[in-house]
Amino acid sequence: MSPDVLELRDVHRTHGTGEAAVHALRGVTLRVRPGELVAIMGPSGSGKSTLLNLAGGLDSPSDGEVLVEGTALSDLSHRRLAAVRRRTVGYVFQDFNLLPSLTAAENVALPLELDGVGVRAARRAAIASLGEVGLAELARRFPDEMSGGQQQRVAIARALVGDRRLVLADEPTGALDSQTGEAVLRVLRDRVDAGAAGLLVTHEARHAGWADRVIFLRDGVVIDSSGPLGTAEDLLEHTS
Amino acid sequence: MSIRHGLLALLERGPMYGYQLRVAFEESVGGTWSLNIGQVYTTLSRLERDGFVVALPASEGGQRPYELTGPGRTELASWFATPLERTDRPRDELAIKLALAMTTPGVDVAAVVQSQRTSGMRALQEYTRLKVRSDKRAQGDLSWLLVLDAMIFQCEAEIRWLDHCEATILRDRPAPAPAAQPAPAADREEAKS
Repeated sequence: MSPDVLELRDVHRTHGTGEAAVHALRGVTLRVRPGELVAIMGPSGSGKSTLLNLAGGLDSPSDGEVLVEGTALSDLSHRRLAAVRRRTVGYVFQDFNLLPSLTAAENVALPLELDGVGVRAARRAAIASLGEVGLAELARRFPDEMSGGQQQRVAIARALVGDRRLVLADEPTGALDSQTGEAVLRVLRDRVDAGAAGLLVTHEARHAGWADRVIFLRDGVVIDSSGPLGTAEDLLEHTS
Repeated sequence: MSIRHGLLALLERGPMYGYQLRVAFEESVGGTWSLNIGQVYTTLSRLERDGFVVALPASEGGQRPYELTGPGRTELASWFATPLERTDRPRDELAIKLALAMTTPGVDVAAVVQSQRTSGMRALQEYTRLKVRSDKRAQGDLSWLLVLDAMIFQCEAEIRWLDHCEATILRDRPAPAPAAQPAPAADREEAKS
């Protein structure tokens, strides 16, 4: 079996100390395999963003362990942790976060170039990644020449350019209308089906429906998950 | 939705006999509602009695097609033009269950809400998978996709409502009601008046 792309082992995150301590996460254990999209749902303050920041190495747990592709992030120096963030993890944000002065291809190529990949090789990888989200023909467009849905697909292409295998998406459909949001999730689903691993934070159940598993967070604790799926055909029989 | 109106709508396409109506009905709702042939013929008899359809002469194969009549067409138009009233639908068992859970001693309402939410989420995931599969077929059947979308939105609405219940009711829930005990005499007197 393929190793987990992301694993959280009994992760705790506490902000502050003493009586003022806020326990943002309390003993979260989670594994995400290649080809798996896991959605995190919970109300504001339940720990969703903290979990995403820990998964991406942007924050460190107070206790427990975060592993990306089998490497414990706590074992890494700042320099190596930054390299893991650049080479392994990609982010998709609600408001796209594309650089307005760069074209779609330049935006997608940027993380590779920052990691020392040559300009031409980075551009080739960027065009390939744009092709995988169905936007190869828009490679020369600037963000303000694209719709919101197209910009978010560029962001997914950037998150998974090159060898990146873990995409962390924080409310990626929050700024999009229903149909466009669904098209973006379809692209994310396709990229995960092609072998990436995805962690999707959303408050919309309809969008979490695209995930293989849905984790319910409350007050920093996983209270339930949607568990293994049955067969769609059985469900239809029950509906009729 | 009544089978009556479903059959009237199908007959608007042209005359059909029972088996054709059954197949067309199931195709239009994507297999979410299967009819048995007995239901189809019983409904056709009633529609004929009410003057909404008329039986045509039997074909060489012995099948009797039915045709929509003028009054049938008016009935169908009226059905499409009239919104479904909330009171036409069955009572919402889930709402009643949660209301009872709130007032029944010893019931963990949070657990009731969460198990329902997980069940709704699982259904939503399954419907989404069906939708993806259907989309991948050439020009996925539009009426089937609309039925699937309806089920997806119903699941979403239920989950949102459960979130709402949890946020607004569970967090402000008063102390659990004590187990059933006889009311004080004064209350009993009040209840009588």
